[in-house]
Amino acid sequence: MNRLWSASRLTYAALIAAGVMSIFPIYWMFVVASRSNDAMGQLPPPVTPGGNFGANVSRLLDNTDAYFVAGLVNSAIVATTVTVSVVFFSTLAGFAFAKLRFRGRNALLMVIIATMMVPTQLGVIPLYLLMTKLNWNDRLPAVIVPALVTGFGVFMMRQYAGQAVSNELIEAARVDGCNTARIYWNVVLPALRPAAAVLGLLTFMTTWNDFLWPYAVLNDPENPTVQLALRTLSDGYYTDMSQVFTGTAIATLPLLLVFVLFGRQIIGGIMEGAVKA
Amino acid sequence: MTVQLDPRPPVAPAPRTGRRPPTMRFSRLDTKYSPYLFIAPFFVLFGVFGAYPLIYTFWVSLHDWDLLGSNHPFVGLENYSRLLEDADFWHAVVNTLGIFVISTVPQLLAALWLANLLNRQLRARTTFRMAVLIPNITSTAAVAIVFGVLFGREFGMVNWLLDLVGIDAIEWKSNRFASWVAISTMVDWRWTGYNALIFLAAMQAIPRDLYESAAIDGAGRARQFWSITVPLLKPTIIFTVIISTIGGLQLFTEPRLFHSGTNPIRGGTLRESQTVTMYMFENAFAPHYNFGYGSAVAWLLFALIAVVAAINVLLLRRLGGTKPPKADAKSKEGAR
Repeated sequence: MNRLWSASRLTYAALIAAGVMSIFPIYWMFVVASRSNDAMGQLPPPVTPGGNFGANVSRLLDNTDAYFVAGLVNSAIVATTVTVSVVFFSTLAGFAFAKLRFRGRNALLMVIIATMMVPTQLGVIPLYLLMTKLNWNDRLPAVIVPALVTGFGVFMMRQYAGQAVSNELIEAARVDGCNTARIYWNVVLPALRPAAAVLGLLTFMTTWNDFLWPYAVLNDPENPTVQLALRTLSDGYYTDMSQVFTGTAIATLPLLLVFVLFGRQIIGGIMEGAVKA
Repeated sequence: MTVQLDPRPPVAPAPRTGRRPPTMRFSRLDTKYSPYLFIAPFFVLFGVFGAYPLIYTFWVSLHDWDLLGSNHPFVGLENYSRLLEDADFWHAVVNTLGIFVISTVPQLLAALWLANLLNRQLRARTTFRMAVLIPNITSTAAVAIVFGVLFGREFGMVNWLLDLVGIDAIEWKSNRFASWVAISTMVDWRWTGYNALIFLAAMQAIPRDLYESAAIDGAGRARQFWSITVPLLKPTIIFTVIISTIGGLQLFTEPRLFHSGTNPIRGGTLRESQTVTMYMFENAFAPHYNFGYGSAVAWLLFALIAVVAAINVLLLRRLGGTKPPKADAKSKEGAR
């Protein structure tokens, strides 16, 4: 066996160091979130959790300036709606591009790939003007509706459907009298489930995390997403840091939960996408 | 309650010549038009909320477009010519490029090295992969706030560690270069593991017998890495460089939340770490609400991204000098 493939003790040491550096800031976030405000002024800084988490949470929930609970609820609504929609429309279009014949298919697919290259910032200002016209400013549809489809999702599902769904199966369903919509629902969607799950997880995390567009369009401090509520907390004039860190910890918690439960699939999805991209 | 709808009389309807039975006509229409129906949601939504704003940005940038003003006079390229003489804009461009260079280069090198480590026979493989990916999945806003505290002047952990090894406290937020380093650290922390996994995927596609024959020829580990792994990874490296360029030059959340207090959109009192996107926001939204000028910033940012991406690709093409490897052809086929 080639020496290249065996992991030495040095390899493990380096990987453990990289792992610790990756996890430490998140760990430390929970440390400060579970201590009192004095922790911020201590040198050396504390590195073990304290017992104040519950007290900090109730202080955060009582803080009427932050609208943190409203932020959590809004983010949950936005992320869930967007995820369901992206998965539905992406599997639908991905199936069409991978398995159905129609005029202009290749040209339209190229358009979708091209949309993945364009920086989002370029559209922020006119999108804001559009939202003003629709009277959606400061309201959740402004954040939800533009995110309902993504070129990335369509492309990913198209790649996966090409190999996961066999043409024979589709033909057989047609012979049995299924129309195309039924084939999608009864044959294609079940076959796409693993990839659709990964797309759903990635979409949920990206949407939950988004800052730039909500920051532009949701200016009403009483109606934020959770990331905007964090901004309000940390920009405050008096800095109750354990409260801020409790907020960051709670905002990160759903993502960590998803990652602990589905980390393997997410990693698989990223690595799979990379080889085919 | 369900009704059995299929008790058809055993007598088959007499086949008519001339016209097809209605079910068959429906199925013709179905196969012909349902593909368009399936892809329509994407194109309708993207058209309204993606393509239209993109084109409209350019139109807005040709006007003196104040949110509060009732009419928006056409001014042609005036916004652009003003912008080219705007010292604050160029200051933001230098900040963005500076942060981009000192974040992307170490990040991709570290990712390459990390992928090489992860590509060995490991115990607890999945655990290590999850550990290095964790920064990528956390909330950007939350982490930017945490790093803002880690890099604090008085009680920040970084300055405390530096003090332990005898280095004086650094003004991470008010020294221009130091703030670039602090923000780059956040970006590196977030993206190194992600890029490492992408490199790892590509590394695993390299046939192992290449390494075996190289080893027989007496090539050591380092030689194998530079002569086999890196050249074969070139398409993937180009891919990550382009993605990092697009992302890095649009940097917003990290530098915006690194600063707090009055006017954080300026990136510090003297705009120490204001990026181009932050400058766009400062002009287009509070406090100035000048949409025309902000749109011009957006278009120049787009041009900047295109130029930097092109330069990167040209540099990388030169660098390797080997013939295009197999993986390139494969990736093109995938995109077709």
